[in-house]
Amino acid sequence: MRPSPARLLNILVPVKRCVDYAMKIRVNPQQTGVDTNVKHSMNPFDEIAVEEAVRIRERLGDKVKSIKAVTIGPSKSAETLRTALAIGADAAIHVEIPDSAPSPEPLGVAKAIRAVIERQKEQGGVDLVIMGKQAIDDDAGQTGQILAGLMDWSQATFASKIVVDAEKKEANVTREIDGGLEELKCRLPLVVTTDLRLNEPRYATLPSIMKAKKKPIEKLTPADLGVDLTPRIETIKVTEPPKRVGGTKVANVDELVAKLKEAGVVPT
Amino acid sequence: MLRCRLLQRTSQLRVATRSYATSASAHALLFIEHKDGVLDSGSLSALTAAQALGGEVTGVIVGAPEDVGKAVENARKLKGLTKLLHSSSKSYSPPLPETVTPLLQQILSNTPYTHVVSAHSSLAKSILPRVAAKLDAAAISDVTSVAHDASENATTFTRPIYAGNAIATVRAPSSVPLKFFTVRTTAFDAAKADESSGDVLVEEVAAVDVPDVPTSHVSTSLTKSDRPELGSASRIVSGGRALKSAETFNATLEPLADVLGAAIGASRAAVDSGYADNSLQVGQTGKVVAPELYIALGISGAIQHLAGMKDSKMIVAVNKDADAPIFQVADVGLVADLFEAVPEMVEKLKK
Repeated sequence: MRPSPARLLNILVPVKRCVDYAMKIRVNPQQTGVDTNVKHSMNPFDEIAVEEAVRIRERLGDKVKSIKAVTIGPSKSAETLRTALAIGADAAIHVEIPDSAPSPEPLGVAKAIRAVIERQKEQGGVDLVIMGKQAIDDDAGQTGQILAGLMDWSQATFASKIVVDAEKKEANVTREIDGGLEELKCRLPLVVTTDLRLNEPRYATLPSIMKAKKKPIEKLTPADLGVDLTPRIETIKVTEPPKRVGGTKVANVDELVAKLKEAGVVPT
Repeated sequence: MLRCRLLQRTSQLRVATRSYATSASAHALLFIEHKDGVLDSGSLSALTAAQALGGEVTGVIVGAPEDVGKAVENARKLKGLTKLLHSSSKSYSPPLPETVTPLLQQILSNTPYTHVVSAHSSLAKSILPRVAAKLDAAAISDVTSVAHDASENATTFTRPIYAGNAIATVRAPSSVPLKFFTVRTTAFDAAKADESSGDVLVEEVAAVDVPDVPTSHVSTSLTKSDRPELGSASRIVSGGRALKSAETFNATLEPLADVLGAAIGASRAAVDSGYADNSLQVGQTGKVVAPELYIALGISGAIQHLAGMKDSKMIVAVNKDADAPIFQVADVGLVADLFEAVPEMVEKLKK
């Protein structure tokens, strides 16, 4: 007998297009932001989130009904969704904002994701949201927690292990906390944010990249979702961090120890 | 190094002559963290940041009934706190965002608070954005400076973005009446305890019962160590991939850390390879540290690692590769095999 649809798991994975983690960041001369005319890729934590969703399906098989990726961003963010589809998501949703629009804040993004979740209701709803713990551009680390708050769902941040029980609609999540680890038992629906050690994302193979081109991407606007993404916090300026003065190299350990003693940073 | 900037008080003079429906001066609610009643040093730095707003600071302590009393005794001596709220319940031990959020939500409604402040710790990072969402308030993460303009009820913050490769100056205007922010603790001095004070008004708040909590705590495993805590240590010895294995990592770093009285840190590469525990990771995704002395051993100096330690006062690097990026930020660099250089350092430091 086939399980009833209510027992099946629907996973939503929000992803963000960021400046590639290996790029050297340059502040623009107007001090309004950084030069974004460089290589972009999926936020590394989101890649881990997509990978985890796919691995959950590999473990649970048919119990996972769908894996959908969602992004809120300019037209080029569609590339990021294609990457998610190539890793193994089934379908994607692109909430498109104008290229010139300012980057939305975590609260706006979370409200947009909430609206996307509402729209998924007729397709069985969303049971599990897996997303990165932070984006490596704004380094805010808030969106997952805000979303869980807006939905009044269970939350498990900084996850390094997720074990989902689809029948019981529960998940045990191990979290990285200051000083060690913590395990939680969470009832679905649940928002999980991923830490680095959750998994090692796979490389998308050429066939999977080709297949991803045929997968559907639904396009929406913030107006379709009834959300306003205008930032409430004003960015006054963006500057270069203070440069450290170039240090000196010493020839041997004796000189090194002498420098330490001279600086008074060694207990005597 | 970035230190907190005192707010400009010049515009405050005008306030006295005006009357507002609500108080224009800042009133911060400080989320104070503790472990078994011992206050976290990060919360003491957050108190300094809260004071920089120039108004009242009310602390709030939550936890198990047996710990909260001790934490309150410790916190009431803190200089700069004007009031202290505490709430205890078994469901706050350990504090879960799902149980603590309704309590903070209740405290923050119908009150004159203008800001909610905490350290940028794993606990507060989990709880505060959830509370902010409930109150439709904006949150600013990991700030390194704070300046409040009471006449306009606007607060200006600086915070690192792009792994510390750019500094953003942002302003939360009066249209955001309640401003949440977490504090980069290495950018603010820890507030001091003062034995003579202790007349802080202490008030108990009844725990908010949350029926049918969807989350329950199963277990916690903390890394045990006799060394100073990584986040607040004044000296740190840190190792990278070049340490080769967990055995050589410990055998090489521990004697040096012992002679220096230092905490041990690690790069992501060392953690991923299993040489060191996750909780020792220094960097964008781990701990951000700013000790007096940071010794990087066998660490190349990737952007993500530098994000976590480049505000250290003195950086020393030992690396075989003379072109490693770490040498561009190190005050003192030694190109050498660390398996020879480190034992020699230990010997010479002992003298």
